[in-house]
This record gives sequence, structure tokens and C-alpha cells, in this order.
Amino acid sequence: MTAAERTMRLLIIEDDRESADYLVKAFREVGHIADHAADGEEGLAMAENGDYDVLVVDRMLPKRDGLSLIGALRDKGESTPVLILSALGQVDDRIKGLRAGGDDYLPKPYSFAELLARVEVLSRRRGGPAEDTLYRVGDLELDRLSHRVARGKDELTLQPREFRLLEYLMKHAGQVVTRTMLLENVWDYHFDPQTNVIDVHISRLRSKIDKGFDRPLLHTIRGAGYMIRDGIR
Amino acid sequence: MTAFGKLVRTTAFRLTLVYLLLFAMFAASLLGYFAWNTRRLITEEITQTVNSETSEMNEIYGRGGMFRLVRTIEYRALRPGANLYLVTTPTGQAVAGNVGSLAPGVMATRGWSETAYRRIEDADDRDHRALVRVTELENGFRLLIGRDLAERRRLFGIVAKAAQWSVLIVVVLGLGGGIFVARRVLRRIDAMTGTAQRIMTGDLSGRLPVGRSGDELDRLAENLNAMLERIEALMAGLKEVSDNIAHDLKTPLTRLRNRAEEALAKSGCEADYRAALERTIEESDGLIRTFNALLMIARAESGQARGNMDDFDAAEVAGGIHELYEPLAEDDGMTLKVKAEPTPVHGNRELISQALANLVENAIKYGKPAAQAGTVVSMDARQITIEARREGDQVLLSVTDRGPGIPEADRKHAVERFVRLEASRTLPGSGLGLSLASAVATLHGGELRLGDAYPGLVATLALPARTGAGDRVAPPIPDVPQKVA
Repeated sequence: MTAAERTMRLLIIEDDRESADYLVKAFREVGHIADHAADGEEGLAMAENGDYDVLVVDRMLPKRDGLSLIGALRDKGESTPVLILSALGQVDDRIKGLRAGGDDYLPKPYSFAELLARVEVLSRRRGGPAEDTLYRVGDLELDRLSHRVARGKDELTLQPREFRLLEYLMKHAGQVVTRTMLLENVWDYHFDPQTNVIDVHISRLRSKIDKGFDRPLLHTIRGAGYMIRDGIR
Repeated sequence: MTAFGKLVRTTAFRLTLVYLLLFAMFAASLLGYFAWNTRRLITEEITQTVNSETSEMNEIYGRGGMFRLVRTIEYRALRPGANLYLVTTPTGQAVAGNVGSLAPGVMATRGWSETAYRRIEDADDRDHRALVRVTELENGFRLLIGRDLAERRRLFGIVAKAAQWSVLIVVVLGLGGGIFVARRVLRRIDAMTGTAQRIMTGDLSGRLPVGRSGDELDRLAENLNAMLERIEALMAGLKEVSDNIAHDLKTPLTRLRNRAEEALAKSGCEADYRAALERTIEESDGLIRTFNALLMIARAESGQARGNMDDFDAAEVAGGIHELYEPLAEDDGMTLKVKAEPTPVHGNRELISQALANLVENAIKYGKPAAQAGTVVSMDARQITIEARREGDQVLLSVTDRGPGIPEADRKHAVERFVRLEASRTLPGSGLGLSLASAVATLHGGELRLGDAYPGLVATLALPARTGAGDRVAPPIPDVPQKVA
């Protein structure tokens, strides 16, 4: 795992001691600050007082369940991004979680790489308006208004979906984006394909934007996903 | 509770009692009204007769004096069934008539009165009752004319008796009917309760007895039976799932365990450990996927996903899946085509997309034409087609390949959970793809059909069409390359 680009303050609200310890340790190892709350009430109090970048909330908690905790936070005007962790992984559970005020939803069991990638995206979203009309990574440029993509002096022709894929990757430039995140955000599917469909799309995109250039921009992050960035950090 | 206590507590019996009371009250009031009116009519008639005779006598007295009056009265008094007549002197002595004795003071009061009396010729000492009118003649003599009330009493008696009998009959018949109906209902309810108790103790195959009358109890029993059938099917499904889980998840779990054990036993280098761990993670991911698929199938089959239904265009779903899988198919040397016309459908878009994705993945994996020596496989034979169209009252989402297909005998079997047909055992897969597609189709009230594409397999999700309001569906977005200037 690569070291964090920017240190995040995280609050993990999870009642299972072992999972919580694992998460706290794993987040600290990649350079983030992680606190832990063991139940809903404690979590709510800490979330209100501490200045956190992202809250990771288990859905089923003692004293106050995850969704009600998020509801209480949102009612108080607290807009810290929340990622919901839940053993309930079906589409309707997800919708319920997002409606309750969660910003992302990750069903258990999950891989830490997936969780880290999502938390980083959430914290970045809070960091500032990422809604620029022009994305630039190295000499690759994507104009969201005119739908133009160019690398150096070459104009690139992309299919609509390739454009959206690149747009999403460039929006999160420098961050790991997992296959599930791509499937959810670019294709709007929430199921788990049994095959490597996303990899094929990525390799097509890669052949368009990286082929024939010395410096590859689209990188595969082993065991996690993909990242677009200029050179080695 | 005693048998009688149970009987008395039945709704049928209680209702009978209420009706009984109502009917008895109705009969009583009807007869009471009848009796009262009869009495009034008879009284009126007597009054009229007496009035007219009184004025007649007054006239006779006026014309012929006392002598004529007495003569007339004596003559009339002797007629059979005669009225009552009495003429007295101002001092109260009887002069003429057929009245032997009267209640005291009757002659003293002028006008109408009801009185006990005896006729002169009466042998018994029984008092009779009569309605009489007393008038005073000019000379102070008094004239009484009246009529016996026996007729009125008799009629009244008949009515009263009729009332008694009818109430008695109503009560007896009502109670008898109530007990009969209650016992009949109770017998059937007891039979149902008995069956229900047997079912509760675990015999899910039991069914409630259904009569032939088609009454409300039969309808209830039929509906309960349908419910039991559903429960039995669900329980069987649950058992099948747990059996499958036990069987098909234990195998990879054992593999996982063995691998970890092996890695521990062999004191290898870090790279070996790393490789072992990576394969462990891979294997667990596969297990998680299988688990998710099983849960999803179970949810679809139990109907829980019905909450998330909305209207959308099946052609859009077909287009979306085509767009997602087209590069993968191409990498595998196949062509993925889509033929879709706007087809409104109502359902869970995510689930239908996933079902279609499963069919496409299957077609890519298993739909390759068998390579025969010496023949060149044409491009046409490497084509997979996704189609969305409406046929009658069904929306058909189909995936057609030109591969070896599935023999007709195996098709039903292929849809079952974890079934991997002989031909596909060597390829990776969970054996749940078709099961999920089938469960999704069933959830929407449709079915998954496997057919022959001569050659190849055509897998069709047949869903009931959404009727009416087809205009809400947006036209499909043409899939053209983005123009870059």
C-alpha cells in the first residue's frame, strides 16, 4: 500500500473489537489518524466534538444504530462524509443507507484496499470543489464541457463510456479507484460481475491514452484497483 | 372447556340467540298490535249497535210510551243471542229486561260503563262482563242497553294463545337451529384446528379439509392451504439452500484451510508465504461472491426485493449490458450485438441487469462454437446477440449464442443452484448464474427459458409487460463515438 498523500482524521465507529483494532491499525499504517468508538452514543459524541474528515460507521451498533447516528448528525447540520459498513449488502439496504444520509456504502466482508480507496475519495470530496471543467494530469487534458480529450498535442477519440471512465479516474487523480467504485460510479451497477469486465475497459482506455507515450499515466495498483497520476510519487 | 360450553361460545350460536330474541320480539309486537286492534274494532262495533238501539228505543218510547217500550224490550230480550236490556223505575226497580243482576251503581251512572252482570235465565252463578249504556227517559225511568263482551274476550284469548305458541315455536326452532348450525361449524373448525395443530408440530404436508359447498369456511380453508403450500415450498427451498451451502461451500473452505495448513507446515521463504496468502484471499473472495449470489437468489425467491420496482426501458438495460460486456467479448474473440426496441417494463432494474449480465457472461464463457478440424469458424458463429422486444403481453430479454447449446434434457437441470453441466466443469464459475437469472424472472412473475438457437443456446428472460402508459419511456440513446474536434 502506498503511503497517504495527505493525512486524514478518521473516526471508526464499530462495536466488534477485533475489526475495529484491525481498521485503526491499518489506517495508521498508511499514515492516517484513526480514532475508535465502540457504540452509537459514544460515536455520536465523538463525531460531534472531534474534527474528522471521514466517519466509518458500522450499521448495527449497540445503544444507537448506525443509520440513526447519521440521521442525528445530519439533523445537527454536521456534513462530515460518512461511509457505512454493513453486513447487509443488498441493493435495497444500500439505498436505505444512502437515504439516511450516508455518502457511501460498503458491504461486509470488504477488503481494506477497497475501504481505503473509498475513504480517500470521500475525504477529497470534502476538501474542495472538484468540479473543475478542465482536468489535467501530466500532459493529459480532459475538458468536461466540450468533451475533448488531448494528450500533448494529440487529440484523442473516446467512446462516451471511455470518456466517463477517464473523467472519473481524472477527477480522483492520485487516488486509488477500485473496480467496484468504477462499476458503481461509471456504469451505475451495484452487482459483482464474475468476470474481469472492468479490466478490459481499462486496458482499452489505456491503449488510447498511454500507447505510444513514454510516460504511462494510468497505473494498475495491485490488489486494489487503478490510479491515474503523473509519474511516480 | 366442556363440549356444551364450546357450543354455546360459538359465534353461530350467539348470533342465533340474538336473532331469536329479535324474532320473538317481532312476533310478540305483531300479535300485540293485532290483538289491540281487534279489541278496538269489536268495541267500536258494540258501541255502534248499542247507540243505534238506544236511539231506537227512545223513539219507541216517544211514540208509544212506557207500555210500548216494555213490550218491545221483552220481545227483543227473548231472542237468542240478544243484547242486554233493563228498564228501571226512578227508584231502581226493574220493570223489564233480561238482566238479573248488575254490579252496584251501574244504573246510577249515565253513559258508558263496563260491568259484571248475570242474565235472568242464566243457571250458573258465573258473572259475565258487558259493555252497557245507561240513559234516562223523560219520566225518570232508566234504560240500559248493552252487549256481552265474551266475543271480545274469546278473540283476545285466541290471539294471546297464538302469541304464546308462536314465541314458543320460535324459541324451540331457533335454539335447535342454532345448536345445529353451531355444531356443524364447530365440527369443521375442530377439524381445521386439528390439522393446524398437526402442521404446527412439524408435518408441513398436512392440508385443511375443504368441503364441496364453496362457503366461506371452504374458501378460508382453500386460502390457508395455498398459504401452506407456499410455506412448504419456501421451507423446501431453504432446506435446499442450506444443503447446497453445506455441500458447495465446504469444498472451497476445505481447500482454503488445506492451503493455509500447507503453507504453515512448509517453512518456505517470504515469497511462498505471500503467494499462499494471496491465493487465500482470492479463494475467500470467490467464497464471498458465491455467498452473495446465494443470498441474492434467496432474497429474490422469497419476494423481498419487490420493494424496489420501478418503470424503465428494457432496451436501455440491454444496451447498458452490451456496452459493459462488448470489449470483454471482443477480447475473447466474440462479437456482442444488441437488437433492442423501446420496451417499457416494470421491475427491479438492478436485478434484471444482473440477470442479463449473467446470461451474457455465460454466453461468452460457454457459447464458443466447438472448433472442428479443418473448418474455419466464421464470424457469424462467434456472435452473441442481446435482444429486447415485446411479444404479446411479455417482454423478452434474450441472449443468443452460436455455441454448443444445452441438450434439451439438461435444460431444466441447468437452472438449479450449483449445477455445472459436464461441458462447463473445467471452466471457472459458481454454478449460480442461471439460478439467479431464473430467480429474478420468477420474482417479476416471469420465467427463464432456455431454448435451441440451431445451433446454440437462446436464454430468455420472459417478464410480464407493463400495460399502458408506454409513452413514459425515453427513446434509446444512440451509441455513437464521441466526436472530438
